[in-house]
Amino acid sequence: MDYFIQQLVNGLTLGSIYGLIAIGYTMVYGIIGMINFAHGDIFMLGGFAALIVFLLLTTLFAGVPVALALLVMLIVAMLMTSLWNWAIERVAYRPLRGSFRLAPLITAIGMSIVLSNFIQVAQGPRNKPIPPMITDVYHFGEVTIQLKQIVIIIVTAVLLTLFWYIVNKTPLGRAQRATEQDRKMAALLGVDVDRTISITFVMGAALAAVAGTMYLMYYGVAAFNDGFIPGVKAFTAAVLGGIGSLPGAVLGGLLIGLIESLWSAYFTIAYKDVATFGLLAFVLIFKPTGILGRPEVEKV
Amino acid sequence: MASVDTSMTSKDTILKVEHLSMRFGGLMAINDFSFEAKRGEITALIGPNGAGKTTVFNCITGFYKPTMGMISLHQKSGKEYLLERLPDFMITREAKVARTFQNIRLFSGLTVLENLLVAQHNKLMKASGYTILGLLGSPLYKREAKKAIETAAHWLERADLIDRADDPAGDLPYGAQRRLEIARAMCTGPELLCLDEPAAGLNPKESLALNTLLRSIRDEGTSLLLIEHDMSVVMEISDHVVVLEYGQKISDGTPDHVKNDPKVIAAYLGVDDEEVTEVIAEVESLDGGAKA
Amino acid sequence: MANAISEPGKAPASLLGQAIKEAVFTGLLTFGLFLLYIGFKTDQDISNALIIYGRPGLLAIFVGIAAVGRFLMVLFVHPWAKARKDARAEVPVHDIEKSPSLFHKHFLKIALVALLLYPPVIVSIYGFQGSLKFVDNFGIQILIYVMLAWGLNIVVGLAGLLDLGYVAFYAVGAYSYALLSSHFGLSFWLLLPISGILAAFWGMILGFPVLRLRGDYLAIVTLAFGEIIRLVLINWTDVTQGTFGVSSIPKATLFGIPFDASPGGFAKMFGLPMSSAYYKIFLFYLILALCMVTAYVTIRLRRMPIGRAWEALREDEIACRSLGINTVTTKLTAFSIGAMFGGFAGSFFAARQGFVSPESFVFMESAVILAIVVLGGMGSLTGIAVAAIVMTGGTELLREMEFLKHIFGPDFTPELYRMLIFGLAMVIVMILKPRGFVGSREPSAFLKEKKAVSGSFTKEGHG
Repeated sequence: MDYFIQQLVNGLTLGSIYGLIAIGYTMVYGIIGMINFAHGDIFMLGGFAALIVFLLLTTLFAGVPVALALLVMLIVAMLMTSLWNWAIERVAYRPLRGSFRLAPLITAIGMSIVLSNFIQVAQGPRNKPIPPMITDVYHFGEVTIQLKQIVIIIVTAVLLTLFWYIVNKTPLGRAQRATEQDRKMAALLGVDVDRTISITFVMGAALAAVAGTMYLMYYGVAAFNDGFIPGVKAFTAAVLGGIGSLPGAVLGGLLIGLIESLWSAYFTIAYKDVATFGLLAFVLIFKPTGILGRPEVEKV
Repeated sequence: MASVDTSMTSKDTILKVEHLSMRFGGLMAINDFSFEAKRGEITALIGPNGAGKTTVFNCITGFYKPTMGMISLHQKSGKEYLLERLPDFMITREAKVARTFQNIRLFSGLTVLENLLVAQHNKLMKASGYTILGLLGSPLYKREAKKAIETAAHWLERADLIDRADDPAGDLPYGAQRRLEIARAMCTGPELLCLDEPAAGLNPKESLALNTLLRSIRDEGTSLLLIEHDMSVVMEISDHVVVLEYGQKISDGTPDHVKNDPKVIAAYLGVDDEEVTEVIAEVESLDGGAKA
Repeated sequence: MANAISEPGKAPASLLGQAIKEAVFTGLLTFGLFLLYIGFKTDQDISNALIIYGRPGLLAIFVGIAAVGRFLMVLFVHPWAKARKDARAEVPVHDIEKSPSLFHKHFLKIALVALLLYPPVIVSIYGFQGSLKFVDNFGIQILIYVMLAWGLNIVVGLAGLLDLGYVAFYAVGAYSYALLSSHFGLSFWLLLPISGILAAFWGMILGFPVLRLRGDYLAIVTLAFGEIIRLVLINWTDVTQGTFGVSSIPKATLFGIPFDASPGGFAKMFGLPMSSAYYKIFLFYLILALCMVTAYVTIRLRRMPIGRAWEALREDEIACRSLGINTVTTKLTAFSIGAMFGGFAGSFFAARQGFVSPESFVFMESAVILAIVVLGGMGSLTGIAVAAIVMTGGTELLREMEFLKHIFGPDFTPELYRMLIFGLAMVIVMILKPRGFVGSREPSAFLKEKKAVSGSFTKEGHG
């Protein structure tokens, strides 16, 4: 039982990170119907921004408090990825909006290649390890909970609440939902659609940066190709939960985090990704629009 | 209860809909609806907006599975099909029911001719030995392919589209697209042709040409079932009219019978209260559509 | 009149102002974007700890290039592009639609002849040993991608089914050949069709449950299946030897004549000096033949009812069903025939490399193949071939650019920039030509005259 709870905590931590990334996928998909393949690499950019800020802080101000460092890392990483995603949307996706459906997908794949290779060229291909930032652990019987796990889960929960509030209670969120429903009608009713879409990209990127920073703090390493696997997992989470649905993205992320850690714990670590993808295929076969996705009524 | 004109049960029936009900969540779109369509006739299904006409069509052509009820199709050969049990493509392939759509669904990137060739898919598939013989260049397939083009050309003549045969379907003007959709449905060789608002958006001249086309299709032995808003078209060409309101049948008979039915007049001209409820129903159905 | 005169005088001034404004903005944006990633560099020191140092000069160069580039864009390139567009709009339409030139009409034949002559020409210029690089890297490598892209084209370009896991079938073909030939000693010519059939079979198995999914759901499930197959190849070590891969896979033979130094080998048999170039040239013609088969079958299939049904499916699935077409079997055939060509290419790949490992079948390969299909213009064989040549040939070319070292210093490795440039090219081509190099489609049948269908009418499928 203790072992199970231990794995549950590990799974929730990982799932929180996936959920944060998945929201970016699901929001962009919801608003412009596009799979933003480069989103995983935005997450990676966030991790690198946090890494560089961490190194700057520790080199320039030795002995800076961890909490403060973490906060600065988070903020700078969020600003950085927001700027990047804003620029990418403006340059690479906006000209293709309303065109042929596969064109933005291919551009996004191209962007993903560009971003990861850009970091590889600019920062070198090797893994970048940092010394552990938070080392405290708590013991509850046989269960060991690390402070960094608690930080991740709390940060995720706080941000999700904030985010939920923005989407559901503010004029900005209303504009987003209106644009999602019917872009033309929203524009006619005075919603600045371009701006709304830009903000959606920025919000998704900021959450990805949080995930990137948490990932760096949790695993203590960043690499240029870190975007791909978590990106694909998060995308899987978004689809599993029902793409376009925000609670679905979080639920999907948590589910995948749990499956990964439980499968690795009880079966074999080698096939944990097979289990994740297998579950996705299985769910979609029986519920073609994901767990919380709206059933698609065929309009004839 | 609906008033039924009993003078017309003599001819044999091609389509029989019995106790059809269709529920979407809490909304009863069709409620215990029954009617018959006769062979060699044009049957019109009319009713105010949101009455459930297209839903009936979708049940008949297999795009929706009805919640309750039975839909049987009787072919000339005597074969009988229970349409609610067949998957949609089998309804066209085996039961020989073809349809058009309210918002035209053409293969807009294929040429007009190709649209009509796709409609002859099943016939050509067999002739090509499920592609294998065709790949090997079998003369049988070549012959059949030529015949298919002739059939297509025949329907292009009939629909007055022969000059546009090699243009993309998406390039045709609206009226021509409607005619092309009918020609395409006819290329499947149907016994019953279901048309969803064929005259919508046509100008008077095109509307007239459509009437002629539909009559000639009927006279050549294909029965027609059509949904129509344009009462002049309905009264002009239908042999039999069924009126639907709020998913229920309110009248059934010859155009003259229906025209003078007080219930129909009330439904169409409406009293104030009913107009209000109609608007509400419409808004609700729009809401439902947007959510879907 | 007064307006017309004052306009030309006024325009450059405001244009200059705008150009300066945009240049400053672009400079600032570039500064913001690259501040951390270019402005600083992280490295490991001798004790393996990360250190960081600034690169202000490099950052300044980036900002400068971006600002000046934007300035020139706004001031010169935009007005020029606009003028050209206006000039084009004035040309009467029929001038553009003039009948295709002789070159265009016989493009495929000319290309085929050129390809057939390619190895002898290269050999006569560079000799056998010197020809290796050109025949292998620029010939075989590109043709493999052409074949894969043509195979995927059936699924994506014709049937409109978005498949992000195509590389799985390539892997099935490669491992089928690798394992069956090393364990059972079966010959290439027997295993080539078997690999194709196995891949097609896998296409059916994977396709059957997922093909009722629509659009992006199908995309992610195909991606998932692609990853599952790769992960199984990695982890099922008893059979596949995991990440080590299967090595010393037997080579293909020229109808029983092996390419080795044995007395019965190709070189001895024809009294030629030993060279590995013969095998490469043989492989070149082999993959060329496989490509031709793929093209021929695709062209024939498009004129068959099944091919038309695929394209109709891409245009409107509901209309297809209303015409009595069984969309499930139609999708399945597209999926499995596409998979079959992937399988053929896979077994060829295994025979060429003599070694296969899961490394070769990562998602990025699927993405590259899909990109080639879309960049070329979905459904167009010529466009796709051109895209394959430009994208793979172009990046191969980059490997060769040793002279760049003289410009950027000896530390410069062009290899590193290969994928970066590949990605950028994908983005730029898509923005400039969203429908790919060849956007129009050729009708599969005609009554009076064959007219190309403009890309603005064709749809891209929803499944």
